[in-house]
Amino acid sequence: MADPAIRVRGLRKQYGGTVAVASVDLDVERGEIFALLGPNGAGKTTTTEILEGFRDRDAGEAAVLGEDPGRAGSRWRARIGVVLQESKDLPELTVRDIVHHFALYYPDARDPEEVVEAVGLTAKQHMRAAQLSGGQRRRLDVALGIIGRPELLFLDEPTTGFDPEVRRRFWELIAGLRAEGTTILLTTHYLDEAEALADRVGVISAGRVVEVSTPERLGGRHLAPAEIRWVGPNGPQRLRTPEPTRALTELASSFEGEIPELTVTRPSLEDVYLSMIGEAV
Amino acid sequence: MTTTVPVQHRSSAEPGPQPADVPWLRIAGARGRLEIRQFFREKGQVILTFSLPVVLLVLFSTIFSGSVGASGLKASQVYATGMLATGIMTSSFQTLALQVATERRNGALKRLRATPMPPVAYFAGKVVMVLVSSLCQAAVLIALGAAFFGLRLSHDPGHWLTFLWIYALGITACSLTGLAYSSLIKGDGGGPIVILPLMVLQFVSGVFVPFTELPARIQQISAFFPLKWLCQGMRSVFLPEGYRRLEPAGGWEHGRTALVLAAWVVAGLLLCLRTFSWKGRNDG
Repeated sequence: MADPAIRVRGLRKQYGGTVAVASVDLDVERGEIFALLGPNGAGKTTTTEILEGFRDRDAGEAAVLGEDPGRAGSRWRARIGVVLQESKDLPELTVRDIVHHFALYYPDARDPEEVVEAVGLTAKQHMRAAQLSGGQRRRLDVALGIIGRPELLFLDEPTTGFDPEVRRRFWELIAGLRAEGTTILLTTHYLDEAEALADRVGVISAGRVVEVSTPERLGGRHLAPAEIRWVGPNGPQRLRTPEPTRALTELASSFEGEIPELTVTRPSLEDVYLSMIGEAV
Repeated sequence: MTTTVPVQHRSSAEPGPQPADVPWLRIAGARGRLEIRQFFREKGQVILTFSLPVVLLVLFSTIFSGSVGASGLKASQVYATGMLATGIMTSSFQTLALQVATERRNGALKRLRATPMPPVAYFAGKVVMVLVSSLCQAAVLIALGAAFFGLRLSHDPGHWLTFLWIYALGITACSLTGLAYSSLIKGDGGGPIVILPLMVLQFVSGVFVPFTELPARIQQISAFFPLKWLCQGMRSVFLPEGYRRLEPAGGWEHGRTALVLAAWVVAGLLLCLRTFSWKGRNDG
């Protein structure tokens, strides 16, 4: 197995007297989608910008694709892809021109036509960037992020302002990149997005990573009592239990056939996330 | 985005041979073409660069149609040289300061910084754009000046050689200072911060008012800035030899012109190296 895509130990950064990142440890394995969650000001953006090579760190170790992002040169930049938060650049150029142009920067670029097709902009390829909708513009950003065939892709709040349908399709695109072996570090505010895409999530709060787990297990979610709801003869019923299977078997025996309006739920990712953030603040 | 087309991916488990870096000159060439295309598609930019000096030339030459002092030269001839000098500053300093500030604000620079594009290719692309746009502008002004405002086109290759080196030094100095100046523009509406000092310079450098008619104190101050020397240099190229007696030093002072412009090249370069940033203010 190769080195991890990202390995960070004791990362620290402060601006004046404000500590943005207190001490972050992080491991992102090759080929996974890792979602970094956290409220505004928790240190997410600072952490990712240090890893992208935009920002110096005050202390700690960081290795991204085996190199120190603070010192890495253009060879290293050719191996990463960065999709920044909302950009409005290159307004006067067409999608096609822009993607072809950026392909020239990379020694082993993908075929621009294929990339435009992959992000679903083939029909818009002769439109100027300024004329694209928010979602189309974002897909152009992703096209430029992946044109260099990156081993590691940074995605910062990629679907802010998307309508649900476009968001769903965007997720398919990202999942497709993982299927091809791209490692992805995703920062997002949307917990459903993290749940849909991420292999693992890390919660960052007050400049520290407070937990790293799979979306299903974060905050002991899988161990938390489940809630069973159904409609009985006396109206809606609710039962919280650590043993939902046994409770359900018993319940099923008291009904003939289907249990009306049955649901079994565990705390949502949002519930556990909010309680973790609440504890840390 | 109905389907996700699988794009060929090189697995990191079996790395291929390290691909060679893309030669920076090739990227610089591509950046130059991109910059030119962007420049000519941005209407505001084109209007500022091309029509402003032309409109000013037409206005001033029409309003002040007399002759300059006892020289017998038409005022419009002098205005035409002043506009050529101004054009060098607007197409380099003004264009770059405004454009790079915008690129810093809208994320263009940050995006580029995340790619393997060598920074030198970015600057080379800007130089190509400035050269093309300023040469077009100079051609328009010279043609207009010669056709309507008595601008005399010399047959002496020496004059054109002078034009070329003054033009090249001026463009370089003003481009570098423009790149550095872009860091002073925060947020939207950088226009006044760039255009106002340029207006002032035009008044104190002899573009609108004959230089020798300015108070001595102002003459001394403006001698620190490039525009005064660009104006004087353009006059040396396009005005009759006899006019040199009307210059403050009684001659064209080519040596000093080269010195001042070269000093601005060095200062601009140092400022750029120290202050140029790929990130905007909000990015820390």
